[in-house]
Amino acid sequence: MSTTTVEESTSQAEIEKLAHPKRSRKALVGMIASYVGMAAIVIYCILPFYWMVVSSLRLPTEGRSTEFIPNPPSVDNFAGVFAGTNNFGRALINSVIVSGSTTILTLIIGMVAAYALARLKFWGKTMVLGLIISCSMFPQITLIIPLLKMFSSTTPFEWFPYWINTYQALILPTLSFALPLAVWNLTAFFRQLPVELEQAAMVDGCTPGQAFRKVILPLAAPGVFTTAIITFIAAWNEFLIALTFAPDPSIQTATVAISKFTGTTGFDTPYGTIMAAGVIVTVPLLLAVLIFQRRIVAGLSAGGVK
Amino acid sequence: MATATAVESKPSGSAPRKARKNALSDGQGRLSAILLSPTLLVILVVVGIPIILSIRESLFLANDGINPETGLVESGEKFVGLQNYTDIFAGQNQVVGAYGTIDRFWNAFINTSLFTITCVLLETILGVAMALIMAKAFRGRGFVRAGILVPWAIPTIVSALMWKLIFDESGVMNRILGTKILWLADDNPAFWAVVIADVWKTAPFIGLLTLAGLQTIPAEVYEAAKVDGANAWQQFIRITLPMVKPTLVVAVLFRTLDTMRMFDLPWGMVGQGKYYVETLSIFAYQEAGQQRYGPASAYSIILFVYIMLVAYLFVKILGADVVGDAAPPKKTKRKKKRQDQEAGKSAETAALESMGGAH
Repeated sequence: MSTTTVEESTSQAEIEKLAHPKRSRKALVGMIASYVGMAAIVIYCILPFYWMVVSSLRLPTEGRSTEFIPNPPSVDNFAGVFAGTNNFGRALINSVIVSGSTTILTLIIGMVAAYALARLKFWGKTMVLGLIISCSMFPQITLIIPLLKMFSSTTPFEWFPYWINTYQALILPTLSFALPLAVWNLTAFFRQLPVELEQAAMVDGCTPGQAFRKVILPLAAPGVFTTAIITFIAAWNEFLIALTFAPDPSIQTATVAISKFTGTTGFDTPYGTIMAAGVIVTVPLLLAVLIFQRRIVAGLSAGGVK
Repeated sequence: MATATAVESKPSGSAPRKARKNALSDGQGRLSAILLSPTLLVILVVVGIPIILSIRESLFLANDGINPETGLVESGEKFVGLQNYTDIFAGQNQVVGAYGTIDRFWNAFINTSLFTITCVLLETILGVAMALIMAKAFRGRGFVRAGILVPWAIPTIVSALMWKLIFDESGVMNRILGTKILWLADDNPAFWAVVIADVWKTAPFIGLLTLAGLQTIPAEVYEAAKVDGANAWQQFIRITLPMVKPTLVVAVLFRTLDTMRMFDLPWGMVGQGKYYVETLSIFAYQEAGQQRYGPASAYSIILFVYIMLVAYLFVKILGADVVGDAAPPKKTKRKKKRQDQEAGKSAETAALESMGGAH
């Protein structure tokens, strides 16, 4: 209706003008500024990482060079990473074992808990949620000191088996932050699923267990998957626990191995080798994050939109 | 029990249902207990028991050397009460750091506090600025988002070593700035080097979370403000900030708690025993490494209490503001429901944020 009013009161030329609103200079400046700003953000985020990649592609003898493009480029550092005393291949396998087991354990234990927190009614739910989230903020150092005494079976823990340099000594403490993280995340995902689907399944004769397995689980798969990625990255990036409980090179994880690198070139800090190892450790994570970034961020904002 | 699950979870509530609920929720309670017990058991084993052991440990001190009374070499440990705690005031362990000659504990304590305040403040400002820029953009947002996740995905210790190379005395930072600053010596620049590395790693993530909050603000609100003649700054102060606040406060809370336990960055970049960047976590770790478990536990318990205190203050302030913003709250059910929703809303934000950190 309003259109007719406009037509009646405005000339043809004015309609043309209204139909193609001229971009004001201010809007144009704003747009350019936002693109410049975005470019600045990306450069800010990428540039230090670029430096790591570039430094890994130099000759091993030019570790501290400040050339922006390696000259001559070389992949010797990547060969050096796996050479001799570094034990880096072993460390990578250890990292996969520790992070993988942590992720699987966390998902199995966390999924049932998250289901209860998202769907069932019981007394003290807020308290349980509060407890779980406060665990993930917990300073790891507070756990590590008594656990170090316990795992090395010193007084007063002589009865405890000697666990230093074992996988369980790395996995169990990692659960302290990975499990709360996963439960919290999964609860949010389960809450988003409409309860009516479950009801329908149960009307059709499913038991609650079947309803969970056949209806909820497939639907929650993206959420479970995202949680798995996040948990895996958290466990993969863990440093303090691995540093404490795995002094033996044959059991230490990749993050600890990198921090202890002596490299192949001897006395000087082998920056080239360290950076190459850093790239090796980071690139799989980066690929996962970049492929699933939409999912990670969508999950993140879904909570807000809802 | 099956029907109970279905009926009870229905969001709408009315009086007759309530009478039934009590009869049936018993069964749900039992099921919940069964489902939750593995998680709670793990938390008890890996968090609960260690805390208790840590508190116990903090009341003991290792025997060192010869007992003056008996002349015998003693091993093991003895109960010393609160001595490990009172010793931090005794000033037996003086070191020279950025704050003059003070006890090593207080040096680490001040470092931890200053790191937290500086890093979180800079991260928040930078993160909000990034979010505002991204919110303005129509195209290329996915690209920027991908870039922003890069610092987040790099393991903290790797980024520490990366920044160590950048801040090397003959490194690229000095080359760009044209200076010859010894960034990683035990001196003031080391503090700022760590701050820069930490801000780089986590500011983008605060930006990402804030962006998620920004996108929930309806455009009508801005249009109304424009009609009323509000300029950009007023819109930012009066609309954007208040409406993005719930998301932002959660993000800042998690960043604060995460920075308070910072370990990897100063450890990897500057090293151990460097008093200008030594945090409470590092100090406690080193004490434990020298078999001084008693004092180490005491320091870690103090850090734990400090973190809990800050979290409590945050939640108190946050809670007060939630009530202040909302319409006069009808107590009991409705309020609780809203809190539930709030919790759900911030759940993923929180979970993701808590992992975005650099310890």
